[in-house]
Amino acid sequence: MTTVNAASSARQAKVSCLDLDNFVIASVGGQGGLLATKVLAAVLHRGGMEVKTSEVHGMAQRGGSVISFVRRAPRVWSPVIDAGDADAILGLELLEAARALPYLRMGGVVVTSTQQITPVTVSTGQARYPADLTERLRASSGRTVLVPAGDIAAELGQPRVANVVCLGALSVFTDQPADIWEQVIAAAVPARTVALNLEAFRRGRAVSGM
Amino acid sequence: MAVRAAAQAVLLHGNEAIARGAWESGVRVATGYPGTPSTEIIEALASYQDIYVEWSSNEKVALEVAIGACLGGARAIACMKHVGVNVAADPLMTVAYMGVNAGLVLVTADDPGMHSSQNEQDNRWYGKFARLPVLEPSDSREAKEYTAAAFGVSEEFDTPVILRTTTRISHARSPVELGERVCPPDRPYRRDPLKNVMLPGHARMRKPLTENRLQYLTRFAETTPLNRLEWPKGHDEGRAPRGFVTGGVAYQYVREAFPEAPVFKLGLSYPLPANALRDFAGRVDTLYVVEELDPFWEAELKYQGIEAVGKQVFSKHGELTASLVRQGVAEWETERAGLSGAPLLQADEAGVDGSAPTAALPVRPPVLCPGCPHRAVFHVLRKLRLTVTGDIGCYTLGALPPLSAMDTCTCMGASIGGSIGMRRALPPEQAERVVAVIGDSTFVHSGITALIDAVYNRTPIVLLILDNETTAMTGHQGHPAAGWNARGEESPRVSLEALVSACGVTRLAVVDPGDMKALEGAVKSSLVPGDGPAVLIVRRPCVLLPRSRRAAAAVSFASELCTECGACFRIGCPALGRDGKRPQVQAELCIDCGQCAAVCPSGALGGPKEEERDPR
Repeated sequence: MTTVNAASSARQAKVSCLDLDNFVIASVGGQGGLLATKVLAAVLHRGGMEVKTSEVHGMAQRGGSVISFVRRAPRVWSPVIDAGDADAILGLELLEAARALPYLRMGGVVVTSTQQITPVTVSTGQARYPADLTERLRASSGRTVLVPAGDIAAELGQPRVANVVCLGALSVFTDQPADIWEQVIAAAVPARTVALNLEAFRRGRAVSGM
Repeated sequence: MAVRAAAQAVLLHGNEAIARGAWESGVRVATGYPGTPSTEIIEALASYQDIYVEWSSNEKVALEVAIGACLGGARAIACMKHVGVNVAADPLMTVAYMGVNAGLVLVTADDPGMHSSQNEQDNRWYGKFARLPVLEPSDSREAKEYTAAAFGVSEEFDTPVILRTTTRISHARSPVELGERVCPPDRPYRRDPLKNVMLPGHARMRKPLTENRLQYLTRFAETTPLNRLEWPKGHDEGRAPRGFVTGGVAYQYVREAFPEAPVFKLGLSYPLPANALRDFAGRVDTLYVVEELDPFWEAELKYQGIEAVGKQVFSKHGELTASLVRQGVAEWETERAGLSGAPLLQADEAGVDGSAPTAALPVRPPVLCPGCPHRAVFHVLRKLRLTVTGDIGCYTLGALPPLSAMDTCTCMGASIGGSIGMRRALPPEQAERVVAVIGDSTFVHSGITALIDAVYNRTPIVLLILDNETTAMTGHQGHPAAGWNARGEESPRVSLEALVSACGVTRLAVVDPGDMKALEGAVKSSLVPGDGPAVLIVRRPCVLLPRSRRAAAAVSFASELCTECGACFRIGCPALGRDGKRPQVQAELCIDCGQCAAVCPSGALGGPKEEERDPR
């Protein structure tokens, strides 16, 4: 019987950052969080272990908060990550990254875009967009990487590749080499945007110091 | 359990796996109506060229087409979300008497937690209700295998089969090994009125057969590998302190929470193998039954006199997780320990330690997209203070603040009947302020009959058909009035104007919501009392359709003209951020649709008001 990711073991902080198994992807509907989920899952699956993802479509995608999960292990049971069990959060928007923090284990990694998208609850004056999100992220994680993904994507002339910029920044925290990532991305995006997306990936990877 | 060779497999969504399983099983006819979380089954099947696949006009039609196909000798599959089965329930309850020729599978994709649904009904009951077997996979690999098994069961037992998934099966990816397509031998059509014409006399003969069939299926349940007992190696096979009966995604949560515990995994959710379960129950001190939503298995177990702990500690509402399973068990064992000795599991061992601070983060509800034509409609409806009976689609978001312009939403097509009833119940001055809104796809799905009702009974309803030329919410599928089919090929397009006119509606107008003034005028004209229903087709393609795509552009904002009146915020556009009391245009989201400019009284947004804007 293979027992993997029983909560008791998963909640213990891990030593190596290259051994991340449980990822939460937090985004705003329409940002490409589901593509990021698909790419990350395919990259991890190349390593030979079992991979599961879980996501929510439909109503939740219409500009609302979108959370998806990617898990890998020799044998994965639940496709859903429980509170406190995520090794890493990939945020495509700052507030959504903060919203996902309860999923993060002690010492986990946060890689997030610094983009801020105003929720309608803020623009209508019912709430305020918090000013202290980066501090909250730093206080709750073992390592936080802030990715100026919106600026980088704008420099590349296509705001929609911000998700791939963030994947680039996340990629250094996985045990899969860059060429595997690039193969998967090239296969996952429209043919005419492959070069652009690979450039976005490399720019993101550079943010994390690779 | 051996670690399987995951590297040899591909990662598929449960829905893609069902499509693959159907294709490999030689399915020849596939039907469905879009609905989260079921939509991708038909979309995936449409990528295979050697089958007939259709978006049906609704789920009832989808199942009827599949029934006809199966009688005609083709393996057929009808796919829908849980509430779609309600629409298809009429043929379902009776095809259960008829049985099949070639295999017939109905896929119901349930939505515990209501991620994208108006209710979370548990469709396993349809199996018991109609006396049909229900198969329930727990991951994508099983989704493919069980789809194939479902066709086999259907043909072996002469029964339609229900394949039930949930969001965490349909929209979860896990490894699947692909196989080849194997078409079963032909099953030529055979005329058999006693079996296929459900006159009362024939149906009376058929009904007892459904009972017999259920007995055969119960025997099958005792031995089929769809159900399996997992007794972890290295543990005493004779006895365990706790054991679990579970299935579907709940099986994964149980295995994660209690990897050492024996599990009776139900792949056939109905009927249950009572003898095997009784034997299992006798080998564990406490039997837990873990299932999302209703106590369906629990009720069956208790009916059989098998004691089990279930909904006392596991919620009947929403989704489960591994930690909720752990907590439920802990709750029961802590409570029981209070009566006798030490608990097996302390409540605090099972607790969730999500200690990170998330207090006071602003919520981000779903919203209509920037440039969505529905926004203009709901802005006008709220401005005119109308009572709005609503329907199912993106436009249901018009109910949320700040638009807040919808009074009711029940189910597909209910807006029109609802407005008829409101008209008949309210005092005249209020009745005249009732408006029904329905999308184009929803109108074709189940709105037409209610409109005919209004014409026939001379109820002067006001109906707005919000025609964005696609089934938008589920990801832009075609429908009979959109002009393309499930494969994306051009198809004959039902004219909504001709259809509405043919129903006998004489007061019919068409307006483009891109011109908000014209829209308001048209709505006011429709409200003028007249004889019979007034229909206003509000037509503008969904802003996300490829043909609506425009070069990125942002509305101009002249800060010096802004009077901080807040009017722009009341249209609820996600492209308008907030800087104090002033709007802050989010350039990466804005497409310069002109809606905020149309409501800005000072001309700060989109330039001076005198200048007539080009209506887009």
